[in-house]
Amino acid sequence: MQKAGSAPGAPGSPLWLLAEVTYKCPLHCVFCYNPVDYTSYGAELSTEEWLRVLREARVLGAAQLGFSGGEPLVRDDLEIMVAEARKLGYYSNLITSGVGLNEKRIAAFREGGLDHIQLSFQDSTRELNDFLSSTRTFELKRKVAKLIKQHDFPMVLNCVLHRHNIDHVEQILEMAEAMEAEYVELANTQYYGWAYVNRDQLLPTREQVARAEEATNRFRRKVGDKMRIFFVVPDYFEERPKACMNGWAAVFLTVTADGLALPCHEARRLPGLSFPNVRDHDLGWIWRDSPGFNAYRGDAWMKEPCRSCPEKTKDFGGCRCQAFLLTGDAANADPVCSLSPDHHVVAAALQSARQPAAKPILFRDDANSRRLHG
Amino acid sequence: MDDAAVPELSRQFRFQWEPAQQAHVLLFPEGMIKLGGSAGEIMQRVDGKASVGAIVEALQQAFPGADLRADVVQFLEEAHAKGWIRARRTG
Repeated sequence: MQKAGSAPGAPGSPLWLLAEVTYKCPLHCVFCYNPVDYTSYGAELSTEEWLRVLREARVLGAAQLGFSGGEPLVRDDLEIMVAEARKLGYYSNLITSGVGLNEKRIAAFREGGLDHIQLSFQDSTRELNDFLSSTRTFELKRKVAKLIKQHDFPMVLNCVLHRHNIDHVEQILEMAEAMEAEYVELANTQYYGWAYVNRDQLLPTREQVARAEEATNRFRRKVGDKMRIFFVVPDYFEERPKACMNGWAAVFLTVTADGLALPCHEARRLPGLSFPNVRDHDLGWIWRDSPGFNAYRGDAWMKEPCRSCPEKTKDFGGCRCQAFLLTGDAANADPVCSLSPDHHVVAAALQSARQPAAKPILFRDDANSRRLHG
Repeated sequence: MDDAAVPELSRQFRFQWEPAQQAHVLLFPEGMIKLGGSAGEIMQRVDGKASVGAIVEALQQAFPGADLRADVVQFLEEAHAKGWIRARRTG
């Protein structure tokens, strides 16, 4: 068996399955990574179809399973999927805004064998949390955090960072500590989907990022091992790209609400590639043989400067979706890399975000989705 | 970790055999650790009931010949330091 990131034809196992069970969401977050045209997609997979996806991915070797969305709690059959996941031997994670999680459902998830819960907050303050999600959900999330601990689930608290809340990192960490979260993910916004549309209004300054990292490191020293803190760096400020998905179709497999199988949750936007639907093909063929999954496996597709770069085995040329979004060609180097001939577009984006915003911030909702798509 | 200590898996971890990897693994939020053969053999016997002494004895019987004590204790101490297992006392 070859290692992840090797040449096409002999892929390893997918280790992670991300099940985006629905695109429906009661929140309207401005930084949502979901595709902006989600309202134009077909019907959601049925319960039976999801159970088949879980079984087939497990046979391929997937061990970590994330139930995500949208808001996965919108599906009233989530309890069935959770129980099946446990039977199959997955280590499963519910990635949720908390909306819809009540005593009855969390008890059923405990009974069914869910392993942990990732709860999102938008900020440490009610005002900003509720503004950024365009909902009144702050108090509800606090209650859900208590419920998660009462039912003895390990809790990952996730907060997406951007210009409007990155200065609150210390308060966000204090909130997480008070809630007894075992893990905290301070995830700087990645600019795809709705976040890309709102990029000018969300990009922080370099100084903000540096201060947030300092505050995070101070907090790490204070709390030691009892809370693990991940600080996901905003790649626009880096000199080298992220090792996106640990390589194309190397370890990650996403299945979307409407059944599309993807090597990452953004890939459906790439032009010229067609991704298979789990309604038409089994996951074994999809993972090993489908053209979409093999398109950027290994490094035969690379152009210069990636092709001859000694770091290509480390970062795989960065993110294909970002290369497409920012340069128009998914086979280009991720322009976050300072060696990319297109690196100036990232500098221009950072510059543009320093100007007063020319357009209003756009909330993720059905009306805006239809407008952007139409 | 002395002979009377009883190691058990930490709450956030799950230990299981992965057929696709032909290895024992530890699963935890956002991650997976693939264990080598001897680590897998030791972890299989960490059940919250067997003491360190009993684990050493059981392994000694399963793999007679070499003296395994030092290696087993060293692994359990490393696993403890990494937070995979915690130790409680008997009685």
